[in-house]
Amino acid sequence: MTDQKDSLITIFTRGIIKDNPTFRMALGICSTLAVTNKVANSIAMSLGTTFVIVCSSLSISLMRSFIPRRVRMPIYTIIIATFVVFVDIYLKAFHPDISKQIGPYVGLIITNCIIMGRAESFASGNGPIRAGLDALGVGAGYTVSLLALASIREPLGFGTYLGYTVLGDWWEPWLFMVMPPGAFFVLGVYIWVLRSILPVSDKP
Amino acid sequence: MELMIIFIAAVFTHNMALTYFLGMCPFIAVSGDLRTAWGMSMAVTFVMTLASAVTWPLYHKLLVPYNVEYLQYVVFILVIAALVQIVEMVIERSSPILYNSMGVFLPLITVNCAILGVTLFMIVRKYTYIESLIYSVGSGIGWGVAILAMAAIREKLRFANVPEGLKGPGITMIIAGLMAMGFMGFAGMLNVQ
Repeated sequence: MTDQKDSLITIFTRGIIKDNPTFRMALGICSTLAVTNKVANSIAMSLGTTFVIVCSSLSISLMRSFIPRRVRMPIYTIIIATFVVFVDIYLKAFHPDISKQIGPYVGLIITNCIIMGRAESFASGNGPIRAGLDALGVGAGYTVSLLALASIREPLGFGTYLGYTVLGDWWEPWLFMVMPPGAFFVLGVYIWVLRSILPVSDKP
Repeated sequence: MELMIIFIAAVFTHNMALTYFLGMCPFIAVSGDLRTAWGMSMAVTFVMTLASAVTWPLYHKLLVPYNVEYLQYVVFILVIAALVQIVEMVIERSSPILYNSMGVFLPLITVNCAILGVTLFMIVRKYTYIESLIYSVGSGIGWGVAILAMAAIREKLRFANVPEGLKGPGITMIIAGLMAMGFMGFAGMLNVQ
């Protein structure tokens, strides 16, 4: 898949900008749109997802020579699901309010195509260090895009940032922004701006 | 009556794709033309119904009595993956025509979050068995309606003059936003959680 000569730094930074999962490749959109109405939820979600990507990439990379080619998909899924259970239990124990708000979307990290994509295209063919760095980069890219979306939606929609009022009393909360259509529009505009600045070479 | 409300809510007011953002990846990737979208929506509705028919008893009769609810993600995703495999094999043997129209989409469905989403939502909302079945059929149809509408719009869009950077996923997002606004109009119709 990837050129073996890629330096470790390239592997890491590629996930943040050039191959940013959400903005550039339009992967993992479900959770992106659903949790970005509040910054706090986005932070929880992106940390959880990053944890799952890194752990599953590492384990898959370590086990890559033992996993039979034909049944690799179910095995990847089980590995990913196991780490998602960790995240879910952690959130329920230490951040019950956030867990209540994003509820089932934590479970849906399993079907986040970013994770499966990294496992299939990178971790299954590379050593643990490279796979871990790649996963960290993609996780960071995902975090950046979630924060970018939430930082627009929460202030405009609630007049707050991380729960603190930032826009004052004169601001009439733009309820539209925290409703589903607002999510689609903000993401659409982000994709538009980024593609205009950095055109995508090959069509996804 | 209660069942009717759940059904209508699943199709319109709580549309899987446009209100809960589930199944977005295939929603964007497969909505290029109408035929593919039709195959995909059929396959999704079918597997969704089967999946909730199997996972509901598993959760309430097996996981709850043994206090291992936290295993639900692992169990559900395994059930879905296994179901998809079985359905694919059965359809391939029994009906080549159906296989041609729907078969290629089946492997993609394992990673369609709408399926897992439906099974998780039906647990969270504490639906009974019948309610869960109605809910999953409705959700499948609702997802299908959304992707078919999107595919029809995108077919027309080929002749439109879209700005360079907005082509592909960008414009799809904007259209999905407009559609979501339309579906929000249904919200006044029913009052369910």
